[in-house]
Amino acid sequence: MANDKRPSGRKVDELRPMEAKVGVVKRANGSAMFKIGDTVAIAAVYGPRELYPAFLQSASQGVLRCEYNMMAFSGSGDRVRPGGNRRAKEISLVTEKALMPVLDLSAFPNTVVDVYIELIQTDAGTRCAGITAAAMALADAGIPMKDLISSVSVGKAGENLIVDLDYLEDSAKPGVDIPMAMSTRTGQITLLQMDGELTKEELKKALELGKKACMKIKEVQTKALLEKFNGGKK
Amino acid sequence: MSNILKEHILTVLKQNLRTDGRKFDEFRKVEVEYGISNSAEGSARVKIGDTEVIAGVKVEVGTPFPDNSDEGSIMVNVELRPFSSPDFVSGPPGTDAIELARVVDRAIREANALDFKKLCIKEGESVWMVLIDIYPINNCGNLFDASALCALAALQDAKFPKLDENNKIDYKQKTDKKIPLANQPLSCTVSKIGENLLVDLDEVEEKFIDARLTIGVLEDGTLCALQKGGDTALDVKDIEKMVDLAIKKTKELRKALK
Repeated sequence: MANDKRPSGRKVDELRPMEAKVGVVKRANGSAMFKIGDTVAIAAVYGPRELYPAFLQSASQGVLRCEYNMMAFSGSGDRVRPGGNRRAKEISLVTEKALMPVLDLSAFPNTVVDVYIELIQTDAGTRCAGITAAAMALADAGIPMKDLISSVSVGKAGENLIVDLDYLEDSAKPGVDIPMAMSTRTGQITLLQMDGELTKEELKKALELGKKACMKIKEVQTKALLEKFNGGKK
Repeated sequence: MSNILKEHILTVLKQNLRTDGRKFDEFRKVEVEYGISNSAEGSARVKIGDTEVIAGVKVEVGTPFPDNSDEGSIMVNVELRPFSSPDFVSGPPGTDAIELARVVDRAIREANALDFKKLCIKEGESVWMVLIDIYPINNCGNLFDASALCALAALQDAKFPKLDENNKIDYKQKTDKKIPLANQPLSCTVSKIGENLLVDLDEVEEKFIDARLTIGVLEDGTLCALQKGGDTALDVKDIEKMVDLAIKKTKELRKALK
């Protein structure tokens, strides 16, 4: 099974080619681009800054607010109407939950850290690419973090468990798609969703595959951060 | 704070300079990159100094308006996402975004850049609709000129997708057929601060303008659109100078296009 080829010719545990760059939006406090295959996400962080209306403030710590958006021309079909939809809202929410466990905003009560994620072009795995870019952007902004977050989708196409599904694999039926995100130092999972049918043994295996993939993504993130802050040296 | 900034800008202008050392009629470095999103039928990135804008063209099949049954249509939309500036907020487009989109739209439409009759697939039944979406990535001023340049570059880059026999689009297959461009309008915005006329303002200078005039210009120097902004009136002499400057500057901007 491990050698079965996928439509793209990739191995089951093979990620698409990745590129990352930190510091792509000058006016933001932190920003990053993450490209995986034909999916390109950019993330910008603003804050900590004042949060209004004031009832949204927390006196104990800063609030994280994420907004995921597909640009109108970034979809694989018709134009995506701007203005957000239920899907974008939900992705924004799970993105917040994926990033929050590693952030320490206790030094910034009553403020907000805004994370904006935009997709320029897409070929599945957009929420994962967005989270991966956002983690780099948060680090770039100097927000206190206990760890980096890396994110990938794992799933099943035919009989094979595979990582980093592209659009062809993601839309195949029957198929399974499991977007996940991991705190790479501890191995803890901060994003987990699934649609499709899977046995519990398969889920265990899928998560193992995903963890290994996240470690590879982490290397790309770390390298991009080092390139900005340390001239590429470790 | 803003008074100190304005004073600083005016003091520097008195010495015939700007805060970043440029001349009054000098643009920052202009760069155009084509094909930045393969999800779009055409796309481009424009950088003017630290200002960065991207635009994508999507093409859809629609039914024509009853009074123009053999004409396709265009639509220009600008999203000022909070991503690109601490001054932008989430939500539906505000006045600024709508003005910007309409000014870009006007230059393209009034220049007859696209021959709408050539966007007709079957008279009275189906036509191509060309949808241009513009997104600033980083706002360091002069979004008007950057957006107009970017929209034109994205149109230059755009190719029709394939149509099947039921007039359904197969977006995965692009044809070699380019969207026909009859004219190539660009715009240059000239702003007035005090008695000085300036082009390509950065985001700080923009806060202190008295008036601005966005001027759409064709390849041969013909004007195709105007939009005055700012709270101060202009006299005709100013307008003449601004138009001359815009004709000269759009000629330079054109060199960044392929």
